[in-house]
Amino acid sequence: MEPINAIVALMNFVVIPATAYGAQLALGALGVTLVYGILRFSNFAHGDSMAFGAMATILFTWGLQALGISLGPIPTALLALPAGIIVTALFLLGTDRVVYRFYRRQKANPVILVIVSIGVMFIYNGVVRLIVGPGDQFFDDGARFIFTVRDFQAWTGLDEGFGLRTSQAITLITAVIVVAALFWFLNRTRTGKSMRAFSDNEDLALLSGINPERVVAVTWVIVAALATLAGVLYGLDKSFKPFTYFQLLLPIFAAAIVGGLGSPVGAIAGGFVIAFSEVTITYAWKRVLAYAMPDSLEPSNLVQLLSTDYKFAVSFMILVVVLLFRPTGLFKGKSV
Amino acid sequence: MNETLRNTLLFAGVAMMIVLTGVFQSWNSALVILNMGLVSAVMALGVNLQWGFAGLFNVGVMGFVALGGLATVLVSMPPVGEAWAAGGTRILAGLAIGAATITAAILAFGRMAPGRARVLVVLAILVIGFFVYRGVLDPGVEAVERTNAASTGYLGGLGLPVILSWPVGGLIAAGAAWIIGKTALGLRSDYLAIATLGIAEIVIAVLKNEDWLARGVKNVIGLPRPVPYEVDLQRSREFGDIVGGLGLDPVTASGLWVKANYGILFAIVLAIVFVLAQLALHSPWGRMMRAIRDNETAARAMGKDVTRRHLQVFVIGSAVCGLAGAMMTTLDGQLTPASYQPLRFTFLVWVMVIVGGSGSNLGAVLGGFLIWFLWVQVEPLGQLVMSALASPLPEGSALKAHLATSAAHIRLLTMGVVLLLVLRFSPRGLIPEK
Amino acid sequence: MSGANDGPYGGRGVRDASIVNPRAGGELVTPERSGDATPAEGAPFLAGRGMTGGYGKGPDILHDCTISVNPGQIAVIVGPNGAGKSTAMKAIFGMLPLREGSVVLDGQDITALSPQDRVKAGMGFVPQTNNIFASMSVEENLEMGAFIRQDDIRPTMEQVYDLFPILREKRHQHAGELSGGQRQQVAVGRALMTKPKVLMLDEPTAGVSPIVMDELFDRIIEVSRTGIPILMVEQNARQALEIADRAYVLVQGANAHTGSGRELLADPEVRRSFLGG
Repeated sequence: MEPINAIVALMNFVVIPATAYGAQLALGALGVTLVYGILRFSNFAHGDSMAFGAMATILFTWGLQALGISLGPIPTALLALPAGIIVTALFLLGTDRVVYRFYRRQKANPVILVIVSIGVMFIYNGVVRLIVGPGDQFFDDGARFIFTVRDFQAWTGLDEGFGLRTSQAITLITAVIVVAALFWFLNRTRTGKSMRAFSDNEDLALLSGINPERVVAVTWVIVAALATLAGVLYGLDKSFKPFTYFQLLLPIFAAAIVGGLGSPVGAIAGGFVIAFSEVTITYAWKRVLAYAMPDSLEPSNLVQLLSTDYKFAVSFMILVVVLLFRPTGLFKGKSV
Repeated sequence: MNETLRNTLLFAGVAMMIVLTGVFQSWNSALVILNMGLVSAVMALGVNLQWGFAGLFNVGVMGFVALGGLATVLVSMPPVGEAWAAGGTRILAGLAIGAATITAAILAFGRMAPGRARVLVVLAILVIGFFVYRGVLDPGVEAVERTNAASTGYLGGLGLPVILSWPVGGLIAAGAAWIIGKTALGLRSDYLAIATLGIAEIVIAVLKNEDWLARGVKNVIGLPRPVPYEVDLQRSREFGDIVGGLGLDPVTASGLWVKANYGILFAIVLAIVFVLAQLALHSPWGRMMRAIRDNETAARAMGKDVTRRHLQVFVIGSAVCGLAGAMMTTLDGQLTPASYQPLRFTFLVWVMVIVGGSGSNLGAVLGGFLIWFLWVQVEPLGQLVMSALASPLPEGSALKAHLATSAAHIRLLTMGVVLLLVLRFSPRGLIPEK
Repeated sequence: MSGANDGPYGGRGVRDASIVNPRAGGELVTPERSGDATPAEGAPFLAGRGMTGGYGKGPDILHDCTISVNPGQIAVIVGPNGAGKSTAMKAIFGMLPLREGSVVLDGQDITALSPQDRVKAGMGFVPQTNNIFASMSVEENLEMGAFIRQDDIRPTMEQVYDLFPILREKRHQHAGELSGGQRQQVAVGRALMTKPKVLMLDEPTAGVSPIVMDELFDRIIEVSRTGIPILMVEQNARQALEIADRAYVLVQGANAHTGSGRELLADPEVRRSFLGG
């Protein structure tokens, strides 16, 4: 029984991967929740917006790599991020101008916007596949690890070790910075407050002289930034494949709903709840339990509750349980 | 232009496009499009029941279609005796324990007074039940999957005529829909969209992973057919004589004949489903459904049990999707879980319904044919456009190669554009609800 | 105006909280551009004159209705249910298209302006319901009220806090957590933040207890003493007439009685038909 080894193994296989994944989901869910709060519909095109943002960043990354520019141990993609965000923001603003604005002007039932977003999803999906193809794209350069399992073992002399991948560290640092910036923006700036006001009470916001088109435009820019970040971080951490992003829609929606649709704090909490449940339920606990339990009780099988292919089932079960007991989500979905 | 004429022209237009495919490409392709068009029309009718009649947003069509596909395997494939002997009973027992656990948890939750004790009891039932379930099930699964893994490795089906699997597919889908509907529609405001999105992914995950059930990603191939095999026809003297009399090549003719047979079967099913849907739409039940959809508060005030009605129509619509899924798998002759993609099996059906006209059965049928036709034919058209675009480029350039390979993705783009155009300029669809 | 159940998809999908935000968006239509104000001479400070109109293509609700108010005055609109009191207020504010008649504010004809532009022109409007940002703090509510102002809003905020001391105390609390009377104070305070030339209140005492109502009326009188003309619609006719410098009794969208509050209180016909004897 070696509790330290158990904790280290737990860190390596559960805590770190789940935290990174949770941060990616949280960034995705923030985008969904902002559109839900301000434009009042669930954006089915969000997964593909993430794919588009990641793709734009990848293209710039390749350009930089071709020019021989790199950040050394840090992925070049970070340098390409601002350009990727700008292109994605222009793309989403263009979509809003050509597609969504018409229905907004008409005061159309938000259900129409949901269906419209399905059409937009098809188009984004087609555009991304047309440009980079449906396959895996590799764009992570720089150092793979900040420290490896071996390094850790050498430092501590433990049997187990945990490594920290560059992409995981970058995900966490970026997520913290971005979320802090977003909350500062929403709660401290005039524009951010006007977005919250618009989400809370549209008519009163109009009567207060808040320009709805400006609020919507700012929202799309923020959504583009969040989607690109989430897409790039996920791509660095796992891999970039257009279809994967489409599949992320379910855990992202689940995170946003579990947290309480329309609530940014909820989106973040929801992202981590979903990520930790997915990882813990699909992780084979044998290794950790072997250290944590006396030898006589050591488990013989893998102690994996569900195969990893059922990770969607996990997000879904969490969602159902939360909705049954707290129909408005963990943080009452009220407004942005 | 009066309405009947307009609708006739629309259908004639789609029929013409399929005929032109026959003339310019091959009659074989035309029949392939027609058959899947028939299946798509049935799926669209199912979604139209839910969305068009009742306003329920089901984005899990893929899951119900896949359950229909599973039904064909479970009904039509011969049972694998060795596998049953190896672990069949264990698996059945395991599943029974799983079901009993969930029932017990629900009962305990319903019967006990709210409080910490209830939470603990329910949790205990679930946790203990889960481990017992896995303990009983897992060895059985392992034994079954080990049995002749390369060719079977699953329990097989019941060995019944494949056509029986169509209603069974509907029933299985209906059962799944009942469970989802009961959970998602009972909440204060419903969460059906996300629930169906989730369940569809789960159904596909089960199909991919539970090899004992339908071989998972190893696919079940060679499903029995409700129509003759081409080879048998070619060998038959009688068929040869008839075809020879018409001056056709027996190999081509047998292929066409088989497809035509499928077409006739599917057309019969479509006709039945369509007539039933029309009757339902104009029945008091259908009127009540629409009344609830357009003013739920008033309907509730009049004492209508809205949740119950919604559950009803959700189950029926899903059953129709399951039926269509079974038909499709029968047509394919194989179950390939990896081929179920939400864009193709959920959202494309939605495009069919919206383009056809929400709430209009005729529209759903038209949308099914039209959108399926486009889905198939946009790719060769895209190829043409792309090669025209690429022709001035030098041979062997990277861009040229890229353009050539990307034609396949044009169809997604086209579907999005078609949907947006219809929403913008004719939001009620090509054949609007009356 | 458009309800949730209009449009090509009727009531489809509106109940599904996972796709549609159940807190429906607003009803105010934002026109691409609104018209211009033109000078108008010799009219009262704020006046809706000969207003006739109704919603959409529906029948007229207002018939040649005239309402006006001058600085330092409190004008009230009273009348039986369905008399078109709130509609008259909305017409003055531009939320109801007029077929005939005009609206004048401070020597300008503003009939062509959108509601938003009327706010910029100096109208402060407090709707009857949903008149605060419930998820935002009291202070943020006031800040949002002053959104169109570019100058320093601190002095105005101090004035509002002086007028409604309870708001200063609760300024960091969410407005949605306050009591009914306090919420109305937030709503009035928010409207005052634009430094309006005229304040319009649509049934400010709806749904509050009699004690709170008295207090609210006291506050409204205090606001009026700062020189801002006040136009309000009131359900509680007797109390409203008691504080009114000018009062309008509407019946079926038309002026039935006009005079000072005291005069109307003394008018036997008004007493008989609206005040219960």
